[in-house]
Amino acid sequence: MKEFKGVHSILLVGVGGQGTILISKILSAGFMQRGYDVKMSEIHGMSQRGGSVTTQIRYGDKVYSPTIGLGEANVIIAFEKAEALRALPYLKRGGILITDDHEIYPMPVLTGDAVYPYDALEKIEASGTKPIVVKAAGTAEALGNARAQNIVLLGALVTAWNLDDIDWEPLIRQYVPAKAVGINLEAFAVGKGMRSMV
Amino acid sequence: MGEKQILSGNEAIARGCWEAGCRVAAAYPGTPSSEILENIAAHYRGDIDAQWAGNEKVAVEIALGAAMGGARSIAAMKHVGMNVAADPIFTAAYSGVTGGFVVVSADDPGLHSSQNEQDNRHYAPHAKLIMLEPSDSAECREYVMGAYELSERFDTPVLFRVTTRICHSKSIVEVAGRTDVPVKKYEKRTDKFTMLPVNAKNRHRIREELLMEAEEYANDCPYNRVEESDDAQIGVITSGVSYQYSREVFGEDASYLKLGLTYPLPRRLIKEFASKYERLYVIEENDPYLEDAVRALGFDPVGKDRIPILYELDAQIVREALTGEPADEGYIADTAAPPRPPVMCAGCPHRGFFYTVSKKMDRIVPCGDIGCYTLGASPPFLGMDTTICMGSGLSTIIGFEKALRMQGDGRKPLGMLGDSTFFHTGINSLIDVAVSGANVIAAILDNSITAMTGHQQNPGSGRNIYGEPSPSIDVVSIVRAIGIPEERIRVIDPLDLDAMSRVIDDGIAADGPFVIVTRRPCVLIREVAREYAGMYCEVDADKCVGCRMCMKVACPAIAFRDGKAEVFDRVNCTACGLCEQMCKFGAIAKRGGQGS
Repeated sequence: MKEFKGVHSILLVGVGGQGTILISKILSAGFMQRGYDVKMSEIHGMSQRGGSVTTQIRYGDKVYSPTIGLGEANVIIAFEKAEALRALPYLKRGGILITDDHEIYPMPVLTGDAVYPYDALEKIEASGTKPIVVKAAGTAEALGNARAQNIVLLGALVTAWNLDDIDWEPLIRQYVPAKAVGINLEAFAVGKGMRSMV
Repeated sequence: MGEKQILSGNEAIARGCWEAGCRVAAAYPGTPSSEILENIAAHYRGDIDAQWAGNEKVAVEIALGAAMGGARSIAAMKHVGMNVAADPIFTAAYSGVTGGFVVVSADDPGLHSSQNEQDNRHYAPHAKLIMLEPSDSAECREYVMGAYELSERFDTPVLFRVTTRICHSKSIVEVAGRTDVPVKKYEKRTDKFTMLPVNAKNRHRIREELLMEAEEYANDCPYNRVEESDDAQIGVITSGVSYQYSREVFGEDASYLKLGLTYPLPRRLIKEFASKYERLYVIEENDPYLEDAVRALGFDPVGKDRIPILYELDAQIVREALTGEPADEGYIADTAAPPRPPVMCAGCPHRGFFYTVSKKMDRIVPCGDIGCYTLGASPPFLGMDTTICMGSGLSTIIGFEKALRMQGDGRKPLGMLGDSTFFHTGINSLIDVAVSGANVIAAILDNSITAMTGHQQNPGSGRNIYGEPSPSIDVVSIVRAIGIPEERIRVIDPLDLDAMSRVIDDGIAADGPFVIVTRRPCVLIREVAREYAGMYCEVDADKCVGCRMCMKVACPAIAFRDGKAEVFDRVNCTACGLCEQMCKFGAIAKRGGQGS
């Protein structure tokens, strides 16, 4: 990991139930182990029921605010394409956007009251930042556990954001359910290799 | 040095309670406070006796009873829960305690999960309670431990005021072991605990005296501190999470009066600090609680004239308000993401109820309540005209019926609430429906759990907070006991659309109080989810004519693509069969599970 002054901000976005909270726990534990001050903020409650969810992680020498403002995220990890589009204004100039190409249709789209942005990735690129597109949900399903999507994305983050000086595997073992450790370690390894695929 | 852990504010409060020797804990679940009691139950069993209470008033009274009896105790609730609990809290401030007593109020600036954003700091002066406001998880632990000391020293309940961002943010906490605080021997003290007017008069005087002492303490205590920066031109007075935003924005360019003990306010300390700075900012979320106090001391700070009174703050809002610097421009795409509101889960039993209600809107006025079913107010069902507070679903209909009748509107009020809400305060409401003979329909949507706040057990669940079997209170037996006649009670499965429709029609036709109890457990209850695992509905594309009838139940597992319906989310589909019942062409069938 490159040394830095100040605070780095990682924003995780997805849809309620996608497991954003688990990888934010792993990330926070990793950063703490590495000696950083860490704050993580998530809002749960009503939004759990299929709504948009965000988790914010900030780490560095000393962190005050637990939240990330517009244009302040060094990295955004999106578990779903439309959510990547929604979170885009939070990306810092020159920041990294990692997104799954997975699509989950919001109720207004299902009922025909809104249109799904199938071209979200192109629109993001046209705004001036090239997203790192990871087929995390597809990969996890192919590995035999759709829930491992989050760990594929964690792997992609570790590569894209140079976090490989932290030993993530023991943390994955600690935080995922015991019977899913094998698949999740596999998912992590595949995710780490994913940057080259885009 | 203790062990470092990353804890949420709620986890840290639970930890602090345990370390401080707390022995009794009670709560009614409510976002963002619910995890306090959940963590106490999960981690500190044996040392702290935890229980869910039927409502917040009961929770406070359980904890207060323990505190009068000599044991350190805690009651936790969300901000609106404190309204329910206000009655015992105001008088407990007179009687005081034997063992320390902490009342947690978890406020929700920004209304992430609430019906209002009331600022409960006002309760402290109103109820005459010492108040502590932590700014992060480490302070949650440290302050709650201190709260017990203050409670016993000043013989008072302590109001522990947190907000969503404190409760649900995680930060590093250094933890330690439990201090063994013996239960104090209970001694009969009617002068203190029996609040007859003669005793209460005396206790009120004692309270005022103790508050004066507490203010002296507040002027020079570890919770209120000045953080001076060299050559700072700006003075910031702040508390809670606003302190973090203030430091984020002004760093070493300001000096800070960080207030952690915010009632009684340390007026001497505020005066000393405020007189040093020409540019004085008071930075706080929602109401000008601190600002008004600073103004009363003769200062003219910048506060709510620039900082919004509405919603949650963050560093950007504070920066823009006080420095005029706008937020950094991020990247802007020329397409907006579609809204993604929370929805009822696939298989949710409330869906059948609300689809039916939405078909009968010409004959009913649906009055709602607080729970997952409040989602029934959203499109496409629009099945709720009112939502105010817990229990109101079954009492507002009594007045609504009168008002509709007075204006010649023939529609019938249909009140609704959930099982947990029924136990919370809805039983009282139904009693008044019965005794007033109101010509209304009262629906109790029983899904066997307190779902919206994360599946806490309630008196009907048959399990306690530890997951152990406990007596289960039967909703229908209560309805009968209240005196609703058998011919005006219907108990049905809300996923049976024909029956659901018939039952509401019966209710509309009835004369006098009519009660519907819909019975089907929440699909997210672990055992229930297990039962549905592998079950789903499937659309036969050859038979599907593309009429979109199945889309009318607004299920997140079914989509309409290329002129056909498709159950695309087989993982979350539970084969509840609503779409199957909607299909007039027999194109949808249940798959998986037993017998297929």
